[in-house]
Amino acid sequence: MAARRSRIPATKYPVERFTLDNGLRVVLTPDRSAPVIGVAVVYDVGIRSEPEGRTGFAHLFEHLMFQGSENLEKLAHFRHVQGAGGTFNGSTHLDYTDYFETLPSNALERALFLEADRMRGPRLTEENLRNQVDVVKEEIRVNVLNRPYGGFPWLTLPPVMFDTFPNAHDGYGSFVDLESATVPDAADFFRRYYASGNAVLAVSGDIDVAEATTLIERHFGDVPARPAPKRPDFTEPDLTEERRTSYTDELAPLPAVAGAWRVPDPITDFAAYLPYVVLAEVLTDGDASRLVERLVQRDRAVTSLGGYVGFMGDPFDVRDPTALLLQAHLPPGGDVDKVLRTIDEELDRLATDGVAEGELARTQARMATHLLRDTDAVLGRALQMAVLEQQRGEPGLLNDLPRLVGEVTDEQVRAAAATLRPERRASIEVIPGGAR
Amino acid sequence: MSVTAPAAPRALPPLGPNRRLKLPKQAERTLGNGLTVIAVRRPAVPLVEVRLWMPFGRAHLARGAVLAQTLLSGTGTMSSVQIAAELQKVGGGLSAGIDPDRLMLSGAGLVTGLDRMLEILAEVLTDAAYPNDDVATERDRLVDRIHVARSQPAHLARTALLRRVYGSHPYAVQTPEPEAVRAVRPGALRALHAQRVHPADAVLVLVGDVQPDRALDAAEKALSGWTGAGHTADLPPAPPLEPGPLLLVDRPGAVQSSLRIALPAVPRTHPDHAALQLANLIFGGYFSSRWVENIREDKGYTYGGHSLVEHSVAGSVLVAAVDVATEVTGPALLETTYELGRLASLPPREDELEQARQYALGTLQLGMSTQAGLASLTSAYAGSGLRLEFLAEHAARLAKATVADVAEAAARYLAPAQAVTVVLGDAERIGPQVAALAPVTTEPARP
Repeated sequence: MAARRSRIPATKYPVERFTLDNGLRVVLTPDRSAPVIGVAVVYDVGIRSEPEGRTGFAHLFEHLMFQGSENLEKLAHFRHVQGAGGTFNGSTHLDYTDYFETLPSNALERALFLEADRMRGPRLTEENLRNQVDVVKEEIRVNVLNRPYGGFPWLTLPPVMFDTFPNAHDGYGSFVDLESATVPDAADFFRRYYASGNAVLAVSGDIDVAEATTLIERHFGDVPARPAPKRPDFTEPDLTEERRTSYTDELAPLPAVAGAWRVPDPITDFAAYLPYVVLAEVLTDGDASRLVERLVQRDRAVTSLGGYVGFMGDPFDVRDPTALLLQAHLPPGGDVDKVLRTIDEELDRLATDGVAEGELARTQARMATHLLRDTDAVLGRALQMAVLEQQRGEPGLLNDLPRLVGEVTDEQVRAAAATLRPERRASIEVIPGGAR
Repeated sequence: MSVTAPAAPRALPPLGPNRRLKLPKQAERTLGNGLTVIAVRRPAVPLVEVRLWMPFGRAHLARGAVLAQTLLSGTGTMSSVQIAAELQKVGGGLSAGIDPDRLMLSGAGLVTGLDRMLEILAEVLTDAAYPNDDVATERDRLVDRIHVARSQPAHLARTALLRRVYGSHPYAVQTPEPEAVRAVRPGALRALHAQRVHPADAVLVLVGDVQPDRALDAAEKALSGWTGAGHTADLPPAPPLEPGPLLLVDRPGAVQSSLRIALPAVPRTHPDHAALQLANLIFGGYFSSRWVENIREDKGYTYGGHSLVEHSVAGSVLVAAVDVATEVTGPALLETTYELGRLASLPPREDELEQARQYALGTLQLGMSTQAGLASLTSAYAGSGLRLEFLAEHAARLAKATVADVAEAAARYLAPAQAVTVVLGDAERIGPQVAALAPVTTEPARP
């Protein structure tokens, strides 16, 4: 190709891996350029694994993991992390739950102690459970019920696209399910999924590998061994005819629409999957992208547009089944049918004519920037490496992603676009409730 | 009950020695046209961050908003798509944003593209065209965005608080009316650009895998042709807070209430700043604060609350914000007032202060540990006339603030008697609850 390409740079973060006798997998990635560290513990359980009748349980349990543990009172975890100058959080995804902190590097041993203590056993009390059910209900109110477009599309689109409980249910959970959760439910969930053999610990930043290894053995070595549970198969057949639904959002002032198509298995068929990740950016990344140029600027059919792979915008930490999503907000009285038709037309055009001169290379250059920027923070590095280890046994893939993205070809992007047919699409429309 | 029976208690490991705050290598130059350029080296990833801060006080609200939205919509030689594509080629992107103090262009890209990014930046600054079609499109998009914002409780609560705190000061209204946006014409944007987008008093920050001197040269080469002394406008100082009845803003049917409380604060350079920052942390400025532990972890009223000292050119203010369940609005307000009053009247414990101090010092280190963090910090400081060296001075002040200093700051700034309080929620359901605690005036939610 004639267009001069920006050379796609790579990182060379070193990666040390080992497994403790109790099955805990460990990834270390030292970088002594700033006196800070990132610590991440990832458990291989997410929204898809929660039992029927217990919607929202994986997330509720994430809250309970902060409520005290074997040697720590309620509130102690927060105080010890922040009192060491750090910040912390946890998050629940479709396929995993993570816990993490980022701190000045003099707090390494403290952070390891805190994570090991709750891996041995959180304090699961009735009082803490009721308190955190209340907190989670407020979280759902602030993020979903009390605001326009709450849960759109990550909570509202999966039930259109999928049929089985694991893939289709509301991962935030119903108030009824949350309120009926019990301490024995939590204890069972912990025993089953929070096993040392089902977890990965990653530490990044200003560490000495030998010293960190000693400290990890000291604190995690005697966490009782429990094997990982067998992960069920969550596969569902692809759609063979278009699915479309709508709902009224009483708080929303403008129409919105999201559509999604299934993509190849991100883990077992990474080579086939990657072109879809690139395609999403070719379509939507910035003013020079296909759909923004057409729908926002030329047709003025939408006011904003986004696209990504993975319902939570997480192309490199999700397992099958997942999807490429496009979402748009429309002007008042906007025509959702027309927007979907235009998207089909642009996908056809891409499938037929391929990308324009330089279009793919510039998209890849910007994707590289995004990937590098995310790994600049030590915590971003630890979290991603932990999940790459867990799902692929390949934490060093993080270093290769910019290059691999850069190797996706015009032909692959074109072939990916050709599969995004209307009959494989699930879509959902938000009808504004007249709150204008 | 606990999942596993506790064994012999294990002791919390001590912290290692604190690492000294080390400032990165940097350089600064003021160009002939008045532009200050600051370049900071952090070579962790092969990228560079760009922040251009331009003073923009007292600009016409709607025109300023549309200008920010259309600044990158074309030049004499490039269309909006070409600008975006040219930036994309070097892995870059730029976006423009505005607030009552400044117009800001921010972005990042591959460090190999720095020269090209600066060239494009210069072209936009000297030759932005505000094409008719693009302006029309972006105007409509902005109007739609304003409508969406007005349906968000956080926006409505903020709007009501700003109006109540700032009265007739330019900070009082920060979102333009849709009609005013629709009335903006390209000619007005070109005039505003000519009048206000100029290098005098502007600060460009470049942070990343760059040799600072070489980055300054690149900036000088690209941006020396940007000229114009134009017009500046100083903001009057923000008015002092005037406590009064609680303002209850009615949002019928709301399932939560949004509490917003403003308290007095001081600028970063004020002798009380470090002690106030620590007092704020102890009250509600981080998760392990009294307020969050009380209303979230003890009582389950909320997903989270946060208090923050906000610094603007015309003044500083402390804002506490929390969304709580409708049925516990009164009790949540009671606990909030209680925690403010308790800290304003009784000194904090030594261990509470140490914990807050470590947090403040540690998060300084964390904030400096990425290119993007350093760039935002450098730019925010530069906007208040400060440089990164101030971080070290501030860290020293945080390190030596005593319980007495913090107690004094709390008494001076956190006393609930000085608070301006706004609550957005379902007035019919929460009115009686809050009226039991404070005199109340009620108004409908207004955008």
